[in-house]
Amino acid sequence: MDTALHAPVIARPPPSRTAGPLAWLRANLFGGWKSTLATIVIAVVIARLLPDLYGWGVARSVTQPDNAACRALEHSGACWGVIAEKYRLILFGRYPFAEQWRPLVATLLMVAMLVASCTRVLWSRWLAVAWLAVLAVFFVLMRGGIAGLTPVETARWGGVPLTMLLSTLSIAAAFPIAILVALGRRSHLPAIRTLCVVYVELIRGVPLISVLFMASFMFPLFIPPGISVDVLVRVLVGITLFAAAYLAEVVRGGLQAVPKGQLEAAAAMGLTYWQTQRKIVLPQALRMVVPSIMNSFISTFKDTSLVTIVSLYDLTGSLALALGGDANWRQFYLEGYLFIAAIYWMFCFAMSRYSQWVERHLNVGNKR
Amino acid sequence: MSETIIAFEKVSKWYGEFHALRDIDLSIARGERVVICGPSGSGKSTLIRCINALEEYQEGRLTVDGVEIKDDVKAIETVRKNVGMVFQQFNLFPHLTVLENLTLAPMWVGRVPKKEADERAMAQLARVRIAEQAGKYPLQLSGGQQQRVAIARSLCMTPKIMLFDEPTSALDPEMIKEVLDVMIELAGLGITMLCVTHEMGFARSVADRVIFMDQGQIVEQNTPAEFFAHPKSERTRDFLSKILSH
Repeated sequence: MDTALHAPVIARPPPSRTAGPLAWLRANLFGGWKSTLATIVIAVVIARLLPDLYGWGVARSVTQPDNAACRALEHSGACWGVIAEKYRLILFGRYPFAEQWRPLVATLLMVAMLVASCTRVLWSRWLAVAWLAVLAVFFVLMRGGIAGLTPVETARWGGVPLTMLLSTLSIAAAFPIAILVALGRRSHLPAIRTLCVVYVELIRGVPLISVLFMASFMFPLFIPPGISVDVLVRVLVGITLFAAAYLAEVVRGGLQAVPKGQLEAAAAMGLTYWQTQRKIVLPQALRMVVPSIMNSFISTFKDTSLVTIVSLYDLTGSLALALGGDANWRQFYLEGYLFIAAIYWMFCFAMSRYSQWVERHLNVGNKR
Repeated sequence: MSETIIAFEKVSKWYGEFHALRDIDLSIARGERVVICGPSGSGKSTLIRCINALEEYQEGRLTVDGVEIKDDVKAIETVRKNVGMVFQQFNLFPHLTVLENLTLAPMWVGRVPKKEADERAMAQLARVRIAEQAGKYPLQLSGGQQQRVAIARSLCMTPKIMLFDEPTSALDPEMIKEVLDVMIELAGLGITMLCVTHEMGFARSVADRVIFMDQGQIVEQNTPAEFFAHPKSERTRDFLSKILSH
């Protein structure tokens, strides 16, 4: 054994990375033959596809709402003219044409509120008050009937405002329900536990479409005659209950990941059940499942497109309406769907980025 | 000794078919410091966890500071307000800062205003010599520091009884001493202490009584001096020879 006296090694900074774009290329794209091969294959595929895409989408495309020019293309180029021609019908559905400034303002207000809600410095009680005010204004604008606005029945609401209303309200309502159901599934009281299990398994066992059908057509059969609940409300309840069942399972996953010791420590300190859930369990459980929660939210947002089957024309439904009713433009559905896909994507991408921010933001306690 | 604060009368507990505590009779005097030792699975943790109702028992009677522990939620809440507990795995709340860990129970259970809770917390952190870490999160601290925070957290509720469930078993050897030093200081405060531990040096210097458990029963109990010098039962001698031989 080496018994020489130990010579201390002073701690030093790590070696600096070999810098420069060339070094980066070598390390990331051409490090070894497998990496080089993959880089070349991908480059070739992109090089083959890009010119065609550019030619179809840009170079040979028609952007004017000129039906003859679009038809002359015979689909060798994109007919963006269909969007120029139909965008108001796509964005606002069957809402009366002359009154479409109302859904526009309502939508912008809602978007502004959503952005505000995601901004940390604005988190306060006033945000809840502002939400109530904005929702009230939203409904007044959309529905009319007061302040000199022409009444517009909910059946004619459509497009982006409808999609946003359905998804925002159903997500906002589903989240607290999901938390209660998830807690209920872990309750020591058999009646509550059974109720929650039955609810989740029942809802998860059927497609959203059938829930919507039931909400729309069967529900009215069970309520006394004379009372009528708006189809929009019924559908909203349907989507909410559906989303909550899935979300409840996500939350339950988080609850199960909280170590038993946390509950014991809270109990030993004398915290009640609700105090323990609120201050100890949920904050830890929810931050563990932020990505899955956002997954559910995004799903719910896109699921709202199914309301078309009960004759509510959300963004997807409005597009079908806009093109289906016009033989001249009907053939350019691909461009139309790309357009609404871009709108859906913008919302979903924003949600996804926000979830990443939340994750980073909430992770402080786990950093060493 | 003075008045009894904890009284076990023929307490039995089962985990399924397993008889974990068998007709335990034990009374602890106010201010007494008791060390409980014994092989793993002997029921020592279960015994102290019954005192703050983290475990329920099926037979017998357990009274803590005049309150009988049964299914009654209110009784359990009362007892838990007066009984602090320190766990082997610390069980600090990782999403709260050290200070927030300490003020949570006083504010929510004790209804103490935030300012007073903060002051109380800082005083307890100073007592365990860790005041400068108040703003950090538990996982940013060493194990020894975390356990000292956990002790301070319990003290913030000004408990009459402190339970320690193997408080040094999860610690590196270098950190055991800093925790034991804090516990030795506590022993001077007059709080009733029950400590499950294998730190026999601690038992010798602090305990009024050492209890040896095996198979859900109290096999032997005595003053530390007598317990270590003249263990009565064969089982105790065997156990001591194993843990003291190193």
